[in-house]
Amino acid sequence: MKLAMILLVLFSCSLHAEIKIYDFKDPALEQRYQGLTEELRCLVCQNQNIADSHAELAEDLRGKVYELLNKGETDAQIVEYMTNRYGDFVLYRPPLKSKTLILWLAPILTVLLGAFGFWAVLRKRDKPQEHLSDTERQRIEELLKRKSE
Amino acid sequence: MRYLLPLGAFIVLVIFLGIGLKLDPKEVPSPLIGKPAPQFSLPQLHAPEQNFSPEQMKGKVWLLNVWASWCVSCREEHIHLSEFARTGIVEVVGLNYKDEPEDAKKWLSLLGNPYLLSISDKEGKAGLDWGVYGVPETFVIDKKGVIRHKQTGPVNPEILQNVILPLVQTLNGEAS
Repeated sequence: MKLAMILLVLFSCSLHAEIKIYDFKDPALEQRYQGLTEELRCLVCQNQNIADSHAELAEDLRGKVYELLNKGETDAQIVEYMTNRYGDFVLYRPPLKSKTLILWLAPILTVLLGAFGFWAVLRKRDKPQEHLSDTERQRIEELLKRKSE
Repeated sequence: MRYLLPLGAFIVLVIFLGIGLKLDPKEVPSPLIGKPAPQFSLPQLHAPEQNFSPEQMKGKVWLLNVWASWCVSCREEHIHLSEFARTGIVEVVGLNYKDEPEDAKKWLSLLGNPYLLSISDKEGKAGLDWGVYGVPETFVIDKKGVIRHKQTGPVNPEILQNVILPLVQTLNGEAS
């Protein structure tokens, strides 16, 4: 029984797919590697970055980032390498250009639109009801007068 | 009247969601369109001692089809691609992507070989340079060696007849 448990634990560990760990001599380089792989999107499983993805393409791209970092390329050069091949889509933070303008402005516009709607509703509510007929107005004045007496 | 604004907003939302449903998020526009085809020099699948480089196709309009024996959709497009290649209107070069040469050769002898030749890209290095992310992929390259079109995913008779064929015919008319 005990043996079976041990075997089970050992076996279940080996089931986990592992992400290849790269060795860095320089911790600063490792930090940049982390940053870059978290910012780059995996094109196969599009809602994952290449740091998290188990897809083979992500594995290749991680290897490429590692290779380019060790070659001494800057972050900007590595990002350029990726966008030259896969386009801006590979970036989780697309650059601000005429094509991506709506992407960047839409959240602000939505908030502004909501604020405007809110303001419009409030204003409507505060506005006095002005469509009273003359008889109604007369009756109000009468009531107010009676109260103050 | 008071329901007009919410109704209008609802209709706009439905239209946007409807358009969203029709779009294919897997289709990422390639930045390589209109750019010179990335160069490589890799061994040919059936003649490993000979290398192939895209340079060799200069002056011709050609297709580069990325395929692998492990790729299910490649099987699906194979019959259509073979039929298209048989017309002889354009030469098709295969890029055998991250595959074992033995498996790849077996696959071709089983299903037929529509390719002028295939290139063995075992590590996927050329694939990376060409921005390959979803096999099969098909590139159309013009006489000057510039990529003019990319089809991600399997080709079907409609795409071949309505997109690739007219493009190849126009490109064939261009000066090299």
